Amino acid sequence: MAKTIRIAVVERDRERAMLIVDGLRAAGDYDISVIGDERGLSRRLQELNPDVVLADLENPSRDVLEELALASGPLDRPVAMFVDRTDDQLTKAAIEAGVSAYIVDGLRKERIKPILDAAVARFHMFARMRAELAATKAALAERKTIDRAKGFLMKARGLSEDEAYALLRRSAMDQGKKVAEVAQALVTAAELLK
Amino acid sequence: MTNRGAVEVGFIPLVDCAPLVVAREMGFADEEGLDLSLRKANSWSAVRDRLALGALDAAHMLAPVPVAMSIGLGGRPAPLDALSVLSVNGDVVGVSPAVARRMRAGGAMPGFDDAEGVGRRLIGAVDGRLRLGVPFPFSMHAELLYYWLGALGLEAPQALDVRTVPPPQMAQAMADGEIDAFCVGEPWGSIAVENGVAELILPGSAIWGFAPEKVLAVRRGWPDEEPETARALMRAVWRAGRWLSDPSHRITASELLSRPDYVNVSAEIIDRALSGRLVVNPQGDERDAPRFLEFFDGAATFPWRSQAIWIATRLAARNGLDRAEAARVARDCFRTDLYRENLGLIGADLPGASEKLEGALDTPTAVASAAGRMILGPDRFFNGEVFDPTLAG
Repeated sequence: MAKTIRIAVVERDRERAMLIVDGLRAAGDYDISVIGDERGLSRRLQELNPDVVLADLENPSRDVLEELALASGPLDRPVAMFVDRTDDQLTKAAIEAGVSAYIVDGLRKERIKPILDAAVARFHMFARMRAELAATKAALAERKTIDRAKGFLMKARGLSEDEAYALLRRSAMDQGKKVAEVAQALVTAAELLK
Repeated sequence: MTNRGAVEVGFIPLVDCAPLVVAREMGFADEEGLDLSLRKANSWSAVRDRLALGALDAAHMLAPVPVAMSIGLGGRPAPLDALSVLSVNGDVVGVSPAVARRMRAGGAMPGFDDAEGVGRRLIGAVDGRLRLGVPFPFSMHAELLYYWLGALGLEAPQALDVRTVPPPQMAQAMADGEIDAFCVGEPWGSIAVENGVAELILPGSAIWGFAPEKVLAVRRGWPDEEPETARALMRAVWRAGRWLSDPSHRITASELLSRPDYVNVSAEIIDRALSGRLVVNPQGDERDAPRFLEFFDGAATFPWRSQAIWIATRLAARNGLDRAEAARVARDCFRTDLYRENLGLIGADLPGASEKLEGALDTPTAVASAAGRMILGPDRFFNGEVFDPTLAG
């Protein structure tokens, strides 16, 4: 029985860190630590002495992790960013998902793959969640604008809510624009005329 | 004008990314029929990985990175080559106000050009091991510190600890007592001064008068796959460097670089690096640093193989690798062959040799070249040492 792999996840965003940890737990029995504060990162890593370090490809602290690749003392273990020319697909998937993984020398590939697969999946999941959140926020904002435009039309022209919306939709179609855009223009104009 | 196609070039928001920004914004890339996109990144690791894996065609890169990769240090997904030097010099050494006060305990701060005096004062002001922050393990920042303090008697790692701290975290690391000093590129030194957390004590040029700082790096083999694009890019960037060397273009250059897409720092701060007139402490004292940052003059753009060899032998010695072997492989990653082939016809003067003594010149000196008018800049090391690349190893 090989010893439990120790994984350190360098991630400031708590939500994302938890998501990655959950994914790793589901993938296997690992000893996982999260480093949420990047100050004193080298010292923390020395204390944890992990076999694998996972970090966002875009994390500015990645340059600190590069130092791990220099084994200067007898106790230091060489670590390198996981880039395997024999498995371009895994490497590409990691890069595309924005995962960088530093792996201690000598760890077998079949032990690394499930870790990377889990990390890649969770990075994608987080990106999707963020995109959905942004889309929801935008939709809510649009609806508010349309409501305000309808209210303005109802008051100014004595229309019912349905008639006001129909008018907005008709002018949007005539102008080849989105209802939200016409509504926004109307709200802007209404503010000016106040 | 034929369209030679799109080219994606990575950069880190620093003043010395200027040749790339100018190549794009002042029309030098257009002139070459090049659709040049600049991609900003947060870390050197990210730029290197993207470049090595083909997500970028070329990049603004620390000169020691291609050398380190060629001799097997650090991760090396694919070998990189330097097509030309983007900038020479431009680093600054800074200390916390507390360390600066202790340095003054023995009298006024030594001159801004006095690397030996400043170094001895710094060593005297700190108890125990001197700890310094640099942006990346393979960088001219690190090399200059090891060279400077090593020559003054501090051996790494017993007496000298040079560690990586991302520049935005440098001030905090100093406040937390993790480091005593730092060596960074602009605008980070000036930003630390503006924020009242650092005093600049020395420009990098006081340690080595003509240190290759950043290079135009590509994946080995890319210039063979895309010879037209590589030539067009090299030419646009070389012309941008020449444009930057004209002092009357300084204000425009500062304004361009200050844009949010690029360095995103006020033009006034960027101008300090471009003019070589630095505000060195929160009290507003100024110092002039001659040749603080060069983009063109003194054959700054030529990727001298002797520079690669100097870097390689320093890295090899520190990391227990064979120096002669390191020198042999490193010289090939500074592509003087492509420089000669692609820039000679558009007027770049070409030196007779591709290697030279490093540190031998006190004054601007004319040397043998194709057009016969090449002037090399002063390139002294602070301790007067002369590096002969033919004796490397």
